[in-house]
Amino acid sequence: MTIQQTQDEIIADFELFGDWMDKYEYIIQLGKELPMIEEQYKTDDNLIRGCQSRVWLHTEFKDGKLLFTADSDAVITKGLISLVIKVLNGQTPKAIIESDLYFIDAIGLSSHLSPTRSNGLLSMVKQIKLYALAYQKKSVES
Amino acid sequence: MTNTNDILESHMIDVEAVRKDFPILSTHVYGYPLVYLDNAATTQKPESVLHAMDDYYHTINSNVHRGVHHLSQQATEAYEGARQKIADFINARHNHEIIYTRGTTESINLVASCFGRKFLKPGDSILISAVEHHSNIVPWQMICEEKGASLKVIPVDDEGELILDNLDKLLDDVKLVSFNYVSNSLGGVNPVQAIITAAHKRGIPVLLDAAQAVQHLEVDVQSLDVDFLAFSSHKLYGPTGIGVLYGKEEWLNQLPPYQGGGEMIKTVTFEKTTYNDLPYKFEAGTPDMAGAVGLAAAIDYVLGLGIRNIQQVEHSLMSYALGTLTEINGFRLIGKAVAERRAGVISFLVGDIHPFDLGEILDKQGIAVRTGHHCAQPVMDRYCIPGTVRASLAIYNNSQDIDRLAAGIRKASALLS
Repeated sequence: MTIQQTQDEIIADFELFGDWMDKYEYIIQLGKELPMIEEQYKTDDNLIRGCQSRVWLHTEFKDGKLLFTADSDAVITKGLISLVIKVLNGQTPKAIIESDLYFIDAIGLSSHLSPTRSNGLLSMVKQIKLYALAYQKKSVES
Repeated sequence: MTNTNDILESHMIDVEAVRKDFPILSTHVYGYPLVYLDNAATTQKPESVLHAMDDYYHTINSNVHRGVHHLSQQATEAYEGARQKIADFINARHNHEIIYTRGTTESINLVASCFGRKFLKPGDSILISAVEHHSNIVPWQMICEEKGASLKVIPVDDEGELILDNLDKLLDDVKLVSFNYVSNSLGGVNPVQAIITAAHKRGIPVLLDAAQAVQHLEVDVQSLDVDFLAFSSHKLYGPTGIGVLYGKEEWLNQLPPYQGGGEMIKTVTFEKTTYNDLPYKFEAGTPDMAGAVGLAAAIDYVLGLGIRNIQQVEHSLMSYALGTLTEINGFRLIGKAVAERRAGVISFLVGDIHPFDLGEILDKQGIAVRTGHHCAQPVMDRYCIPGTVRASLAIYNNSQDIDRLAAGIRKASALLS
C-alpha cells in the first residue's frame, strides 16, 4: 500500500466513530495492544525527548525500505505513534521525505502536531524524516 | 460531606457573584462549560481589570515621567499611583522599594544578576530549596557559573516538607538565600519565617519567590522582614507582562543597575553616566503603563474581596477537593496531604496513568489542568515521577468545578486503565 492509501484507510476507519470518546478509546486500544519496540532498543540513543511524554524510535533499513518500531510511556501518544508507523513503515526514504501526513488533521488530531503540545509526536515525525534523509543520502552515495 | 456553599457564604464572599466578574468563565470548551483549574499557571481577569486597561488606552495613554503635557501627567499619576498601591498591598515601607519588572522570573534574574555581580566571589554559595521553579534555579546557576560560586539546596522529604535540620550548616559560605513561599509544583506553604530568621542570624539576605503566595494569603514584607520579594501580576488576576520586585531600600541602593537605557539615568555624557535614584535606577526604557494600571485594578479587586476572606474560602474548597479526590481509586497526592499547609495547588497522579494521558482526557471534557513537570524538573526527579497532573484553585472556583474534575478523572481512569 502507498502512504496515501494507508492514510485514506485510517481516515475512513475514523469516520465510523460517533464521538471523541470512541475515537480515544480506539487510539488508546492501539497504544495498549501494539508491542512495538524490543526492550533492547529502548535506549537513551533512541529516545526522542518530547516535553511531556517520552518516545523511543528504532529504525532499520532493509532492501531500500525503512522499518520503524517505537514506544512511549504515554498511551495516547503510543496510539498515535502506531498510526504514524502504520502509514510510513516499509516505505522508501524518498516516499517518506515527500510524504504529507494529512490523515492526522483529517481525523481531528492536528493539535497533536502543534509545537505547543510537545507530546513527542511532532519530534518523532521530524526524526523519521531525518532518518529518511540520511538513508537516502547514503544510498545515493553508495 | 459538608455542603461547601454554606461554608462559602459564611465567609462573606459570594463565589457565584465573583464568577460573574470573570467573563471568560462562561466559555464552553468542546461543548462543555469550562472548568478552569490551571490558576497556578495564570489566573483569569475580572471585568474591572479589563476595563481599567481599556480605559487607560482610551483616555490617558501617554509616556510617563517625561512629558510636560496634561496626558503625560495623568498617565504618570496612574502609573505611580499603582506603585503606591502595590507598596501598600505588601506593606512596603516606601513606594520606591517597588520595582516594576516583567514578572517573577525577571525579578529573580534582576537580583541574581545585580547582587551576583556586586557580591559573589569564587567559593561563595547561593542557597535555594529542592522545591523551586526553574525560574529560581537557572538564574542562580548562571551567575554562579560566571562567578565561580556554587548552588546549594535545602532538601525536601517524602511529604514535600523542607528539611531544616542542617540549615545552619548549609548556610556556611552562603551569600543569599532564595526560595519560594508556596511551591508551584506541590502547593506546600514553606516555613518562611524559620528560614528567614536563620539566614538573618548570619547576616544573609533572603529573596522570597511569592508568585504562588500573594493571591492566596496575606504577605507583609515588614513582618516577614524579607530582603527581596518577587511576584507576577498575571497570577494575581492582573494582566500578563508585568511583575514586581520588592527590595529593602538599603539593599536596592547597594546594587548596580540591571539594564541601561532611558529613565534609569540622571545624566549622560559620552564619558560618564550617573544613575537615577530608586526605583528608576532599575527601570530602563518605557515601562508597561497599562499593565501597571491593570495590576492596580487587580489589587483593588482582591482587596475588595479581602485577602483573608479569599484565604478562608479557598481553604474550604481545598478541604472539599482533597476529600472528594482522595476517594477516587488509585488517587495519589504528591506532597503534603493536609489542607492546612497547602495553598492553591493539588498535584496528583492516578494509578499508573501517565499525567499527559490524564490531562488530555480531562481537556476533552472541558476541564483545564496542567500536566507535566510544571517547570520544576528536580522536584519530579526527587519523587521519581515523570510529572503530575496539577489542579490549581482561584477564588472563582466552586464545588461544582471539583465535582466535574472528580467525574472527569473517573471517566479518564476507566478509559486509560
